[in-house]
Amino acid sequence: MPTLSESQSRLLVSEAGIPVSNWETTDSTQEAVSLARNLGFPVVVKVCGDEIAHKTERGLVRLNLNTEEAVQEAADELLSSVTVDDGEVTLLVSEQIRGNRELIVGLVRDEQFGPCVMLGIGGILAEAVADVAFRLAPLSRSEASDLIDDLSMQSLLDSFRGEPAVDREALINILCALGDLGSDQEVLSVDLNPLIVANGVPIAVDALVETVEG
Amino acid sequence: MTRDLLPLFEPKGIIIAGVSSHPGKFGFVVLHNILSCGYNGNVFAVGRESGMLLDQPVLSSINEVPNGSADLLVVCTPVQANEELIRSAAQLGVKAVFMVTGGYSEAGGVGVEAEKRIVELSNELGLVVAGPNGQGIVSTPMDLCAQIVAPYPPKGRISVASQSGNFVSAFQNYANQYGVGISRAVSAGNAADTSIADYLEWFADDKETDVALCYVEGLKNGREFFERIKDVTKRMPVIMVKGGATSGGQRAAASHTGSLASDGRIFNGMARQAGITHARNIESAFEAAATFVTQPLPSGGDTLVLTTAGGWGVITADAITNHRDLNLIQLPEDLMDSINEMLPPRWSRNNPVDLAGGETRDTIPDLLEVSAAHPSIDAIIQLGLGIQGNTASLTKSGPFYPDHGLERIVDFHERQERRYAEASIEASIKHQTPVLVASELATADPSNPMVAAVRESGRLCYASADRAVESLGHLVRYRHWLNIQE
Repeated sequence: MPTLSESQSRLLVSEAGIPVSNWETTDSTQEAVSLARNLGFPVVVKVCGDEIAHKTERGLVRLNLNTEEAVQEAADELLSSVTVDDGEVTLLVSEQIRGNRELIVGLVRDEQFGPCVMLGIGGILAEAVADVAFRLAPLSRSEASDLIDDLSMQSLLDSFRGEPAVDREALINILCALGDLGSDQEVLSVDLNPLIVANGVPIAVDALVETVEG
Repeated sequence: MTRDLLPLFEPKGIIIAGVSSHPGKFGFVVLHNILSCGYNGNVFAVGRESGMLLDQPVLSSINEVPNGSADLLVVCTPVQANEELIRSAAQLGVKAVFMVTGGYSEAGGVGVEAEKRIVELSNELGLVVAGPNGQGIVSTPMDLCAQIVAPYPPKGRISVASQSGNFVSAFQNYANQYGVGISRAVSAGNAADTSIADYLEWFADDKETDVALCYVEGLKNGREFFERIKDVTKRMPVIMVKGGATSGGQRAAASHTGSLASDGRIFNGMARQAGITHARNIESAFEAAATFVTQPLPSGGDTLVLTTAGGWGVITADAITNHRDLNLIQLPEDLMDSINEMLPPRWSRNNPVDLAGGETRDTIPDLLEVSAAHPSIDAIIQLGLGIQGNTASLTKSGPFYPDHGLERIVDFHERQERRYAEASIEASIKHQTPVLVASELATADPSNPMVAAVRESGRLCYASADRAVESLGHLVRYRHWLNIQE
């Protein structure tokens, strides 16, 4: 299945009303530096392209870049590690969102049940704890709220390590917006992994949209 | 649109095709069970061996059945005979067919094609076809037991639809064990023409059904099932067990019913979204159904524990605290004051309300009354009953009974047990507050007068506090779901 580039994916979900960390793309190292300056440090720089899916595994993501020099160095390295197989690529520069909690949300199409919205606890232990729940799309607000209640680790959604509780209304908005994307037959799946909870507000810092062939 | 399944569950007359004189064959057993359980309508046995069978003449052809005298056909004949048989039955005025016969889609190959033809035939003739490869139908309002297996359950208001016939039997066995009865029960078999959703929709409109209980393995169209069941659960609680939720179970299910079970997590989310009471096993599914059908629906999860046994109180407090839909409510001040007047000063002064021996003052009925009446208490779990009845039982079985003045104390204990049980039911009904009585005596000694009295009231006496908590949790979740429907 064809995937949209991260930048196109971000654009699609952001137009659907889902908050995404601010970003820009560029071909050049020099411009990456000026974009970083405009976005404000620290920033993240990643390789962005239709063929690039597993960025982290391939080391195509650089986090916590605090200076212009660091951005320049990272951008040079990233561009040099790209191969011909990766197709056309750009550099994606985005603001670095900070928060101690991560969530995963997504839209999948199940053979039996059609479009389904997924919500899960993210972060490095996400796979091990496997705290995820599904609902059939589209979702009413009360159904989205009940999806949140379905997670086992409710305490992670309360105030946590000096951060306020997760903004429930904001999360409901995201879940409903994802559910509504289910009616777009072009969209096969959406993966927002992770959403970082910044001061209580969940913001997507990565996006991957799969589309239907052709 | 709800299909008309009335001829299936309330037939005026029944034709059994494929009866056999061999008491081990399905055709014999179905006829035997229909004739033995009290069904009042016409019964026609059709088979190859003419003569009398169970005092019933055996007709050599279905065409010997008088026109318009039967509306249900039970099919025990082989695959190749059935299309012609069903056509003839339709001409006689038959509206519904139950197909026991196996060898259809579950067998693969030509069976799949044969099953397709049965579905086409049912559409063409406007029939309801249940099965094939099913164990049968039970309909206690009609005293009807048209199944190839046992048991026949007591009358009640739970209706069962199952993709496994064995689980129809299992639910009926529990109904016999616990005394909470069944209304309709159907083994859906391969569900070729009539699906679990069809049965559930009809149950929701059925005046003899209050609660549906079902077992599901695979769904042919999950999204459609969801949309339809969501509407059923708004009108009636639906308790469901899903088989094949793990990959191992899925392989077993695939070979079992010919349809693939789908991802467990998505199914779980779907069930919760549709307001389905999703039970984790067969036993807890039956207990949940029995709870829905006999207890009032609580308005929330604030639960009070009344106990005469400290340990059980503690365990139950843990179970409630760990349950995400229940809350071990802090005792309201005014209730505390009322209880202070009833119990000796050493009572727990907390939830669980541990009577600390205060029951000897005969306060249990009053305590139940004030607790069930309190607006902040949504539900009560009552523990520790049966102790006096148990003492009476041991006394009665000993060598000193009925001498030594033991008769009076035995009578007293037994009377008290009945009173406690009756008081809990009375308070529950009067104030529409669920009161779940739990004691291991429910299974350890069902003749205990407390257990017997709960059972006589039509309610379930829970075999453990944890099982009562689980069932109560299902009621609270369902109430919450009803509340959030727009």
